[in-house]
Amino acid sequence: MDSDQGQRFLLERPKRKNPVLRTRLPTLPPAARSRIALGLTAAAAMGRFELQQCKDCGTVQYPPREACQKCLSVKLIWKILPDGGELLARTVLHHSNDLFFRERLPWHLGLVKLDCGPTVVAHLHDSVEKRVRIKAMLDRAGQAVLAALPEKEVNVAEDRQLREFSCDPKFRKVFITDGKTGLGQELVKKMASAGADLIWVGHSEPWKKFKGFDELAKIPQVTLLPLDLTDSKNVREVAAEIGAKVDIVVNNAEHHRAFGIANRAGIETARAEMDVNYFGLLRLAQELGPVMRARGADGQSSAVAWVNVLSIYALANFPPHGTFSASKAAAHSLAQCLRAEMRPAGVRVVNVFPGPIDDEWNQLQPPPKVTPAALAAAILRALQDGIEDVYPGDVAQEWLARWRDNPKALERELSA
Amino acid sequence: MNDFITKLTSGKIRVVDLTHTLSPEFPSISLPPEMGQAWPFRIEEVSRYDERGPAWYWNNFSCGEHTGTHFDAPIHWVSGKDVANGSVDTIPSRNFIGPAFVVDCSKEAAKDADFLLTKKHLLSFEKQHGRIAGRSWVLMRTDWYKRAGDPAAYQNYDETGQHTPGPDIDAVKFLVEERDVLGFGTETIGTDAGQAQHLRPPYPCHYYMHGAGRYGLQCLANLDQLPPTGAVVIAPPLKIQNGSGSPLRVLALVEGK
Repeated sequence: MDSDQGQRFLLERPKRKNPVLRTRLPTLPPAARSRIALGLTAAAAMGRFELQQCKDCGTVQYPPREACQKCLSVKLIWKILPDGGELLARTVLHHSNDLFFRERLPWHLGLVKLDCGPTVVAHLHDSVEKRVRIKAMLDRAGQAVLAALPEKEVNVAEDRQLREFSCDPKFRKVFITDGKTGLGQELVKKMASAGADLIWVGHSEPWKKFKGFDELAKIPQVTLLPLDLTDSKNVREVAAEIGAKVDIVVNNAEHHRAFGIANRAGIETARAEMDVNYFGLLRLAQELGPVMRARGADGQSSAVAWVNVLSIYALANFPPHGTFSASKAAAHSLAQCLRAEMRPAGVRVVNVFPGPIDDEWNQLQPPPKVTPAALAAAILRALQDGIEDVYPGDVAQEWLARWRDNPKALERELSA
Repeated sequence: MNDFITKLTSGKIRVVDLTHTLSPEFPSISLPPEMGQAWPFRIEEVSRYDERGPAWYWNNFSCGEHTGTHFDAPIHWVSGKDVANGSVDTIPSRNFIGPAFVVDCSKEAAKDADFLLTKKHLLSFEKQHGRIAGRSWVLMRTDWYKRAGDPAAYQNYDETGQHTPGPDIDAVKFLVEERDVLGFGTETIGTDAGQAQHLRPPYPCHYYMHGAGRYGLQCLANLDQLPPTGAVVIAPPLKIQNGSGSPLRVLALVEGK
């Protein structure tokens, strides 16, 4: 093993907070990027490492630029590229005038010569050796940075430096808004096994006992809370009770019926969808957002992430589930607003866009459908990996590809 | 009238509130999830002496016609859809006030949540307290209202649905056909029993009462504070155009302590 193993960072349960000391305010790493450089962020947001490659001469570009550094062609295409490289040099930062890094010194940086050409500056994983792989991650400002990892599989959330870019639930307190669904119950299991300290689980209409209630209640980390996102008073009271402790919110509560416009008279179903999927998110964000923003740098287990379970139908309307699609599009738009408002505190808003989930409301959808367990696993991975846009499952991936290629064509295909 | 006013102002006539507080927590009727649903009571603050309205406090609220303590009009049920003056805005206003006969079923309901009030019970009630007069309310006291603080106990669901007391078919037909009552009131969600969808016809109280142009009162409270006879119930619903029912304040006037 490595020679410096004795000093290696071990993620330990943080001590209880000293309640008489001031809570540190969140700071962000440098966030300014050119529009071109945001291409790196767009890819990293989905967990991809992409650089520009010249269409004319094949040169890979870094940092992102307007014209090819070799032939001056403007035909630079963002592409997923091989992530292997060699660590040329490393250095330890002991001083920084940047407030974010100043509070996190010492900081290890390195120069990595990529197999695909350019040499890049990267944040170093604790156990990198000569051969590394580069991972594009989002930092606390929501911008892409490059991290150099060892070739073997590692959990970046357990590295002292790279943990700053992740939203790991370990030793954190998680609030899952709906425990009644298969997804909610799988999320609880995943968060518990990932080491979450406490898991609050909402359930609406407490008089309707649901399948899985007893199993949930038995998990030692779990506290069940009556919660109905359509009830402002209830949301306010729950937020008042637990808000100051919540580090990660997973808003998976949704109302889903399979109707378009003509096959359901009136607006009651559509309104119920909006009330949970859109206004529910708004109520929750108004009550919990401010207190989470205040805790963006509250020690090792700070407030760190807000996950919205949206739908791939938020990108383009799926007419057989037309009103549901519209409510998810509204929620997506609001989630972008929430992202903008949470970013100054370094709290990441993770938007999840699953295709049809294998549940009762997608009974008539043909497979493939994403299982609640697979969806919960994708959400956990996104938190640990520093991703903010998640498209889990085959259907979501395929729709995303079609939508990115030609949104109008997808609209026509879906209305066929 | 002067005698009445004297008794009312002197406190010789008590006013008993038979109404639950409208709140978001109060349990509302649940139908199978694929069906249309009644809104539960919800409330949003408009302003509270703040920048949204500096010197005043007010709210917007929303709810279904059949939320909280509420009134059922004949057109609520398909059997009453063609009844003349069958909506809350057209019901003659004299029908919003009437004498009450309170049938105590609290012991039976405590023993059996699916208890059905029968014609036999009603006849034995009459033997003790006199004949149920025409144009009066018959209220089924079960003390179920005391469960309202615990929504699960109040709804009392299991995997076969809701288990709450109500009248059986013969009792309802007897009250409509032989006693000409104004309507029937309960302390539960529904004038019918929780399992009344399995009776023939399903939901007999809704079916016969509304089919005959009679009314329903549900989610009543404090029926244990009423005498078996002699109380007067005041129950005017909101005047909703073509409304099938409405939340309302139900008051009872009772003489003596």
